[in-house]
Amino acid sequence: MPGLEDLYREIILDHYRSPRNRGELSSPPATRVEGFNPLCGDEIVVYVDVKDGAVDDIRIGGQGCSISQSSASMMSAAVKGKTLAEVQALTRAFKGMMSIHEHALDGEDADDPSEVDSEVKLGDLEALRGVVKFPVRIKCATLSWNTLLQALGEPTASE
Amino acid sequence: MHRLDVAAVKKEFPILEREVHGGRLVYLDSANTSQKPRVVLDAMARYYERSNANVHRGTYLIAEEATAGLEGARAKVARFIGADHPREVLFTKNATEALNLVAKAWGRANLSEGDAVVLTELEHHANIVPWHQLHDELGVELRWIPVTPDGHLDLTHLDRLVDGAKVVSFAAMSNVLGTLLPVERLVSAAHHAGAIAVVDASQHVPHLTTDVQAWGADFAAFTGHKMCGPTGIGVLWGTTEILDATPPFLTGGEMILNVTKEGFTTNELPWKFEAGTPPIAEAVGLGVAVDYLEGLGMDAVREHEVALTAYALRSLAERFGDDIVVHGPPEPVERGGVLSFTFDDLHPHDLTQVFDEHGVCVRAGHHCAKPLMRVLGVAATARASLYVYNDEADVDALADAIAAAAAFFAH
Repeated sequence: MPGLEDLYREIILDHYRSPRNRGELSSPPATRVEGFNPLCGDEIVVYVDVKDGAVDDIRIGGQGCSISQSSASMMSAAVKGKTLAEVQALTRAFKGMMSIHEHALDGEDADDPSEVDSEVKLGDLEALRGVVKFPVRIKCATLSWNTLLQALGEPTASE
Repeated sequence: MHRLDVAAVKKEFPILEREVHGGRLVYLDSANTSQKPRVVLDAMARYYERSNANVHRGTYLIAEEATAGLEGARAKVARFIGADHPREVLFTKNATEALNLVAKAWGRANLSEGDAVVLTELEHHANIVPWHQLHDELGVELRWIPVTPDGHLDLTHLDRLVDGAKVVSFAAMSNVLGTLLPVERLVSAAHHAGAIAVVDASQHVPHLTTDVQAWGADFAAFTGHKMCGPTGIGVLWGTTEILDATPPFLTGGEMILNVTKEGFTTNELPWKFEAGTPPIAEAVGLGVAVDYLEGLGMDAVREHEVALTAYALRSLAERFGDDIVVHGPPEPVERGGVLSFTFDDLHPHDLTQVFDEHGVCVRAGHHCAKPLMRVLGVAATARASLYVYNDEADVDALADAIAAAAAFFAH
């Protein structure tokens, strides 16, 4: 059985306690999009300002559990300054990591999903890997990413 | 009145013998779905092993037994809720379908643009969304009876809210706060205004003696799986008068008297509303669940839950002080055994994740009542709910799990 320490890694709790890029941006010029997790009521607001094809600034609002909040915080740090193409690749890699694999459901370690671009470095986001062992929490981790995709006008139905 | 022997009751629920994560299963989510006693499980297995056949059409022995099982369950349910006649008890899939039947069959036939439907702010989404749909389709107006900070209805402007309304639809007991609503007062206000009264009795029927005729309501909806019965069967009760005046909802086999190429005529009550093969084994199980609850005695069930709720409110407050906020009415006699709480600044999802390690099953989230969450000013709560098989040791296990979660997130 996966333990709590698989889920609540120290870096996750750090982002939860001290969320990065918390706040608002004036919209316009920034795009503001709300995301909802219908299961638990988490609500997230992503403000993203795109300039010259890159994420110039990003802020996160709303409320939610430690997984959704830390994932949003890490996401904001990871995408800030990145080009839209880089953000797309990062999102794909993250959501790939978050997809459920049969052996993950058996409680064994999840291997790297094959479809993930090995060039993409997930960095701190790797800490969220343990979430796949707790399938009901996956939507908590992906909420902010789907909301970001929506803000960037990308399709989100790739889960 | 005899007291509930909880130790004996616990032994009658096989799932409570199960170990999870190396410890005993502490089930505190009965407002979500209750566990099932062995007698219900056995009756359903016996039905499939000995009497399985379709109902109302076979001329052979086991088909007669199946029909007797279904109709016998209907009679038991009718008696249990104080209905005038078994024909007033319609089997549905669940309470949600029952409420949809009211909105979509009675509502579409009887409501039009500008008609008002009065709800309360503490309703379950099942008693909100079907009415939203009628707002979108027909232009009915939705009005809301507000909820006070301590979880009661604010009835200050009740007369004005129901004035000119066609429907007043409300829960008998809140699934989030446990608040017991003044059903008879709301029904009488509805009727005084010329509106019908619809009661979502999902949280009431499993826990308190229910008498739909004493309520004086027009419709009442509830579900089998919260009252020791199986999933897949719910009940809509309606007076004969209003059911006769309601067109069928789902249509097809079973609900017709005659079908020609030109049209159809409907069967009599209750079958007019039961298109297709009904949930026969589930009805058998529900009938036995009713027998089981009657055996325990609903007065004893209520007395047990009031005492255990009082113990829980007291022990959680003593142990955690201001760190814990239990929402809803402070007095145990004003509420059912539903304890929605928030702890410190921990998110309910994180709390219940730690609870799971301790085998404690508690629901976290908005409990399908987002408008109420907004009134309470929270995004979510953790909700522990009590039933006949819970005891003080279960409440203590919850308190220990809360302490463990606090310690885990404190470092």
